[in-house]
Amino acid sequence: MSKRAVGLQAVGIGKTFGHFTALEDITLDIAAGEFLTLLGPSGSGKTTFLMVLAGFQAASTGRLFSDGTDITRSRAEDRSFGMVFQGYALFPHKSVAQNIAFPLQVRGVAREDIARRVDAIIARVGLVGHANKRPAQLSGGQQQRVALARALVFEPPVLLLDEPFSALDKHLRGRMQDEVARLHGEFGTTFVFVTHDQSEALSLSSRIAIFNHGRLLQVGAPRDIYERPSSRFVAEFLGEINLLPVGGIGHCARGTSGLFEEVRLTAPRHENLNGSAVLAVRPEHMSVSPEPPAEGNGVPARLAGTTYLGSAMRLAFATRSGTPLTVTLPSEAAGRILAHGPDVWVTWSFENGFLLPEQS
Amino acid sequence: MRPRSAFWPALALTAPLVLFLAFAYALPFLGVALWSVTLPEPGVGQYERLVSDPLVLSVFLRTFRICFLVTLIAVACAYAVTYVWVRGSRMQRRLIEICIFVPFWISLLTRAFGWLALLSNRGIVNSWLQALGLIDAPLALVRNEPSVIAGMVHVLIPFAVLPLASAMRAVDERVLLAARGMGASRLRIFWSVFFPMTLPGVIGATLIVFVFSLGFFVTPAILGGGRSIMVAELVYLRMFQSPDWGLGAAISVALVVLVAALMGLLARFARLGLMGSGR
Ligand SMILES: Nc1ncnc2c1ncn2[C@@H]1O[C@H](COP(=O)(O)OP(=O)(O)O)[C@@H](O)[C@H]1O
Ligand SMILES: [Mg+2]
Repeated sequence: MSKRAVGLQAVGIGKTFGHFTALEDITLDIAAGEFLTLLGPSGSGKTTFLMVLAGFQAASTGRLFSDGTDITRSRAEDRSFGMVFQGYALFPHKSVAQNIAFPLQVRGVAREDIARRVDAIIARVGLVGHANKRPAQLSGGQQQRVALARALVFEPPVLLLDEPFSALDKHLRGRMQDEVARLHGEFGTTFVFVTHDQSEALSLSSRIAIFNHGRLLQVGAPRDIYERPSSRFVAEFLGEINLLPVGGIGHCARGTSGLFEEVRLTAPRHENLNGSAVLAVRPEHMSVSPEPPAEGNGVPARLAGTTYLGSAMRLAFATRSGTPLTVTLPSEAAGRILAHGPDVWVTWSFENGFLLPEQS
Repeated sequence: MRPRSAFWPALALTAPLVLFLAFAYALPFLGVALWSVTLPEPGVGQYERLVSDPLVLSVFLRTFRICFLVTLIAVACAYAVTYVWVRGSRMQRRLIEICIFVPFWISLLTRAFGWLALLSNRGIVNSWLQALGLIDAPLALVRNEPSVIAGMVHVLIPFAVLPLASAMRAVDERVLLAARGMGASRLRIFWSVFFPMTLPGVIGATLIVFVFSLGFFVTPAILGGGRSIMVAELVYLRMFQSPDWGLGAAISVALVVLVAALMGLLARFARLGLMGSGR
């Protein structure tokens, strides 16, 4: 880890624009050197939170600390976090090299040092041969690299990135993601990354913070929040999921169970539930069989449609009451299952389901 | 096929304008050009006078000096005014709109007399200064170059505001935030980011103001009071008072050629400006 990386602590941060609440009571610890992603739908307050972290906007309430020092009132130019803006915000009248040199000039770095460091970082982000071009002469991916180089060249303690890849095509986005992950490893700076793309968040981050309507819903490692979301919103936002309404909740030694269409389904223990709830299972955790399962969970269902996805197949089912279920299976396995006819059992093991409160 | 089918309707629609320009400007100008080489006798004698007559040369020189200063001051003032207009608070914007665009509707003549009322020997400034006992005799505030410059700057500022405003509106706020985030001071952001990004607008405003100022007649005639004669007034004097039509015509032609050259330059910069912004 770079010795200059710092951790940030947001305590009860709120931001209002007139009567509109853009952020509400955000409390979040960002560890030094981690790769934290702010994930949420458009308009959920991600950019606003990033602007508050950078110091471009003042929080209406709450405090912000940098390694324990209160920086709530310090100015953006004094915080000097690196920032990659949505749309890059390069200086259109400066060349690539001049863009990257700017933060060093501001800091009064000696001329020879500037030249050396600019050359070095141009090589590191793969822009050799483009140093004298203007931003308008570069492709989207190259402009992105300039923005990254300009934000990293002065080795900021924190790098803030606002949807840096949203304008790139899918192939390029994948390459830039790898690049950002590599740069994070090399520089060791704390990265706070904003995206509304859940697969990007899952693949890049050491932790993800989920935003919705200006609130922080859940923070955790990608696997934790994917497999143990605390609310329906988080569960649905992170990827396709099957939701089965269950009633007659009961707790037993193994876990918590509920009734769905007269079948008792069991999931790991969830203490705070009573009456009815929702049982959630990811499509890739389900399987299909002609018989009821000997152990684990299963519900009878009828095939309603199939979608070929290349390596996998998505099977759409409807239960007796019409609840839709989606199962993804490797294409080969799907073919074998379909030979049994349309009426089958959709099954999953006990630990792959989780219960969520009905309202959330 | 498209050009053929669109050609005649397009011509029909633009014909009135073309005809108007031909009869109202091109034809009279050709007449003036003809005078310049025929009056009082055929030849380029008037053009020789143009470059050798010390009076004509001194008027041209004065015109350039005044127009240069006027352009410099007007564009600098307009830059500040436009900055507040584009980036200021609602109140500031309203105020600027009133101060800039209301005078725009008032006739040049009225505005020149307004300056006279302010600056003449018995004008507001002199009478106040005398009433306050700060001066004994009135100061000579008009009938000189500074008053001509003040009057012209006043008229020309709005023409500089519009190109500057479009350049400033095109600046992405995030680019300025980015510079701030890298630790740059306000002064540095202005000089190394904002100003260079609005430079195409500055160049456009400069050329427009300079070209307009070259042909000024009413304002310098009234505020200069016959002492600070500029080219347009000299043409008027040669034509209607001397009468020396041949020389007046030659000066007119020289002025038109000069303005056309500057307009050509303006068009080039406009194109460059468009390319520079990447659109
Ligand atoms: N300067 C502002 N004035 C008023 N409303 C704003 C301002 N900035 C953001 N908002 C509002 O705050 C909400 C959150 O915006 P933002 O943080 O940009 O969301 P995100 O980046 O997650 O898409 C939006 O509804 C937006 O309209
Ligand atoms: Mg945003």
